[in-house]
Amino acid sequence: MKAEILAKLEEYLLNEVLQQPDRQIKADEALISSGLIDSFSLVDVALFVEDNFDVHIDDTELNAETFDTLNQLADLIIERQDD
Amino acid sequence: MQTLHHILKEHYENRSDEVAITLQHAGEEDQTITVRQLLTSAVSAQHKLEAEGIQPGEVVLLIFQHGRELIRTYFGTILHGAIPSIMPYLTEKLQPEKYRRDLASLIGVTQAAAIFTYAEFEPEVRAALKQEDSVRTVMVAEELDEGSEPVFDLSRRKPADIVLLQHSSGTTGLQKGVALSHQAVLNQVSTYADVLHIDPHQDVLVSWLPLYHDMGLIAGFLMPILYGLPLVLMSPFDWVRAPYRLMQAVSQYQGTLVWLPNFAYNFCATKIRPRHMEGVDLSSWRLVTNCSEPMRHDSQQLFLEAFKPYGFRESALGTSYAMAENTFAVTQGGVDSPVRIDPVDRDSVQFDRIARPAMEGKPSINMVSAGSPIPNTQVKIVDVNGTTLPERHIGEIALLSDCMLTEYFHRPDETQKAFMDGWYLTGDYGYMADGEVYISGRKKDLIIVGGKNIYPQDLERIAYTVPGVHPGRAVAFGVFSQKMGTEQVILVAEVETDDPDEKQRIAIEIRQIVTQDSAVALRHVHLVEDGWIIKTSSGKTARLANRDKFLKETGFKVL
Repeated sequence: MKAEILAKLEEYLLNEVLQQPDRQIKADEALISSGLIDSFSLVDVALFVEDNFDVHIDDTELNAETFDTLNQLADLIIERQDD
Repeated sequence: MQTLHHILKEHYENRSDEVAITLQHAGEEDQTITVRQLLTSAVSAQHKLEAEGIQPGEVVLLIFQHGRELIRTYFGTILHGAIPSIMPYLTEKLQPEKYRRDLASLIGVTQAAAIFTYAEFEPEVRAALKQEDSVRTVMVAEELDEGSEPVFDLSRRKPADIVLLQHSSGTTGLQKGVALSHQAVLNQVSTYADVLHIDPHQDVLVSWLPLYHDMGLIAGFLMPILYGLPLVLMSPFDWVRAPYRLMQAVSQYQGTLVWLPNFAYNFCATKIRPRHMEGVDLSSWRLVTNCSEPMRHDSQQLFLEAFKPYGFRESALGTSYAMAENTFAVTQGGVDSPVRIDPVDRDSVQFDRIARPAMEGKPSINMVSAGSPIPNTQVKIVDVNGTTLPERHIGEIALLSDCMLTEYFHRPDETQKAFMDGWYLTGDYGYMADGEVYISGRKKDLIIVGGKNIYPQDLERIAYTVPGVHPGRAVAFGVFSQKMGTEQVILVAEVETDDPDEKQRIAIEIRQIVTQDSAVALRHVHLVEDGWIIKTSSGKTARLANRDKFLKETGFKVL
């Protein structure tokens, strides 16, 4: 299940946010602190997670402390889906 | 003629218990700052500057995030008669070494005498200082006291003295500090407020714009405070993560005036969901002015459609052409009558440089009017020789006003280049028709992303540091994205390798280092073979020609 979430997140980020479908994002690669996802795209990520996983990420949580990697984001989604 | 001290004194004496600023932070209760609180807290910064021996006319750098500390030190510096200049705060993705270099360079050009920052940021600031530089003291906001009753020294500064500096971002931008006098700022504020028919008892200004940007500093901060107009100030950091906060603030405080760069129209229209808008009423909004990057009719229409159901009125759509060198506004449209759209013949614009009215059956472009020059500002269109061009002829926009920059601070070379017989040459292209100004492009190699000016040479210089990319062999330019309503940055670099893995590595590295060194996200990195980049006869990179070549060769479509 986590693998599925990771794949879906990666596909979304590569196609829609980075627009670089040819590359890969490692599950532990820094996304926010590295600037890979720029601040203008953070709200897109939150909306994508909400629309696809039915999990709410508050705008005050859109920072590297809440999640900085695909792994951390997937864990956050699973944790909130269980609640 | 007055200075800011006269105006602040009047407010303090006549309306000290009125709320000057409502400060918003996501996840916290809104805080109000009355005129009295604003000025008494500023006095503590003023006293600190006095105690440290900082003289009137010396430059003080302010390095803070959005919030009370920035506001009180800004006004404290002005009360003292010193010159505030805001340096953007370090964000987590920027490399500290690069930040230190920029700070050192800003200190070098401004000859700053002092710096205000947070205690926790002091070591970072000290790391950028050199023994021989001009900074005599670094002061931290945490050590400031509550403040006390201000004493307004009206003879401390003369109207022609410089009151503040404004810098664009990036290595190149930091080198050109726009120096504005007391009278320039006051002339701009009073003229612009008249044009907007501001009524301090009816109007409420809402802003999320950063204060290190002219639109944020003048329209979204100094004008409301100096004019006595209530200001609701939110953090740009919060807005970009939750654009609906702007709508909620307008609704909650019956906001009437807002300034937005073009991309924000697309951003708000596409990233706000109906559930964020429950109970939101935008009918109080009387003017939302599109400013600081090329204005697009389709962006405004998108915004109108998205927010009409919440009471947003079409008549509230406004436009402005503005720049720090004129303090802020040069023109304003959409206040007394709707913003004009001028359909022009595309071929005439492209081949004859004349914006002839569109003809039936021929391709046309809808030009958005930036409105009429504000009454204290004259605008003319000139050719390369400085000769004034007739109506509808495209040329460089030149302006003359009583709110222009005094100089590029400590840069007589740049100042001299920018003026012609007293007229300021803007570096923007446009035309005039029926007394209104239309902007068609720019002469200077500037990329504007989300309202922020980016100098391509800064990005190219960063790319040269990547192994495999050689100095002089990269070119950066902007390509307009309809979806985003702003430009997207493309970088083309010549590389010697054909190995796809090696090319992939170089491309990823370029993106990464550009983001870390400039906070600009590259939309696309295109690697090409040796000799691809077009140079001018003098060996300079011809950015527009390279942009055209790239678009033609790749058929690249920006989403």
